[in-house]
Amino acid sequence: MLSQNPDFHSSRIPSRVGVGLKPEHYKAILGESPDVGWFEVHAENYMGAGGPPHRYLTAIRERYPLSLHGVGLSIGAAHPLDRDHLLRLKALNERYEPGLFSEHLAWSTHDSVFFNDLLPIPYDEESARRVSDHIDEVQDTVGRRMLLENPSTYVAFVESTIGEIEFLTEVAKRTGCGLLLDVNNVHVSCTNQHWNATDYISRFPVELVGEIHMAGYAPEEDDHGDPLLIDAHDRPADPAVIALYAHAVSRAGPVPTLVEWDNDLPDWPTLFEEARRVEAVLLGADTPEEADVALAV
Amino acid sequence: MLRSLSDVQADFAAALRDPAIPPPAGVVGPDGGPAPRRFAVYRNNVLVALGNALAGAFPAVGRIVGEEFFRAMARNYVLETPPTSPVLLDYGVTFPDFIAGFEPAASLPYLPDVARLERAWREAYHAADAKPLGAADLAGIPPEDLPDAVFSLHPSLRIVPSRFPIITIWRMNVSDVPPSPVDFAVGEDALIVRPDAEVEVRVVPPGGVAFVDALAAGETLGSAAVIGEASDSRFDLSGNIAGLISAGAFVDFRRQPEPAPW
Repeated sequence: MLSQNPDFHSSRIPSRVGVGLKPEHYKAILGESPDVGWFEVHAENYMGAGGPPHRYLTAIRERYPLSLHGVGLSIGAAHPLDRDHLLRLKALNERYEPGLFSEHLAWSTHDSVFFNDLLPIPYDEESARRVSDHIDEVQDTVGRRMLLENPSTYVAFVESTIGEIEFLTEVAKRTGCGLLLDVNNVHVSCTNQHWNATDYISRFPVELVGEIHMAGYAPEEDDHGDPLLIDAHDRPADPAVIALYAHAVSRAGPVPTLVEWDNDLPDWPTLFEEARRVEAVLLGADTPEEADVALAV
Repeated sequence: MLRSLSDVQADFAAALRDPAIPPPAGVVGPDGGPAPRRFAVYRNNVLVALGNALAGAFPAVGRIVGEEFFRAMARNYVLETPPTSPVLLDYGVTFPDFIAGFEPAASLPYLPDVARLERAWREAYHAADAKPLGAADLAGIPPEDLPDAVFSLHPSLRIVPSRFPIITIWRMNVSDVPPSPVDFAVGEDALIVRPDAEVEVRVVPPGGVAFVDALAAGETLGSAAVIGEASDSRFDLSGNIAGLISAGAFVDFRRQPEPAPW
């Protein structure tokens, strides 16, 4: 797509590590122009009419590629999508021309109450149909392909009839959407659901993956005193998650990877170091045949 | 019988909204059995995330009452008035009114107005951008036309009247200036506006609240001045206008159309 804004940096997200953009770091980033591959923002934080958030994001967009990540569309809801919200997402896509656009396999709104959390769904045919219909609507309205992110989950449903990977693969097949592989979510969910995380990565359809997320989790305990991991985004990625990531990129090739850090936010140099640490793993990855497919998003 | 997706989510949502409702049936741990601690993660996530949103939007209120009190107050508000939009920039519009009716905060009668100031600050921060008129733009209006001039106010402009010194209290709690004695008997009406990148908070002079409200309602300068004078005998028209111009409060003006000839 030819950019409508001649001042913008190329839209294409490079096969490098990007960083989740936080207002606390605007000035450091604009002052230092750090060697970061790209930035990602939560779409909902840029849905005000004007003001400093848009000014900073525009200035950063002029220097870096951008990825737009929605956190509130509620794609997994049984109820219809919020059309107004969908149109806001469309407008942001048009305004900032992001190289990637993603949302979650989750629901967050019910009867017009927004819970501001990524809530789980049962994996069965009814959910697959509903999620696929919603993704069709998103892609038709926004006019571009989206990536769907695998969730962190803490519970299961007796209604589920198929596995998470089968569910994601089926939805991607029906809608043509790509997948966002959150490796921290894989570790969190596999620990919490007593699945094997290495096996999960080994079975994941990497040819559909357009982006990877990395983050930190907080350890808790469940009803039986077993480990229950919380998707907290409040610390560096755990060594176990780094190891899973190395496994993922050995299969998928150098997929654009985001470092997410949303709570207990560190200063910019600390976050930048975390991005370099993850990028060392990414750049160490060999480029298998799947890489060309993965990057063609 | 297995439930529909709609029923699953209705049960899940009801239990999220009311801590007295047990976790929904069919929500299980990896062993297939009930898992209340696991479900509690979602309950906690919702309260913490929405509490964080309020804490970020009302920093001075948080500092005045302290972290623990604020969390408890926010939790009550979240359960009573959860957001109805995924755009959380808009969440907390009614939080000041909630604080006004929150019994444990009754000993801080200025707290609701400080919260109103913070809400107005946040709205101004995210409001549409517009270029304010300068003194030179307004100098071109012939004096005889001034009484009939109608002004468009900056989209970020908000007025928060108060019988408490809310600007002084707010500033003391959002900056590192050392606290000093506050005369709680002196009220401060606040004007909040973001003419460019920075939100400005100013004290409105006597009669200014009624005057600005009248301008915002589309009254001519002449009738707004009458309204300002009626509300406070100390009302100073030229001082008010000069203050509004220097704050960047005006973005456009027009002469009120002549009355139709019938």
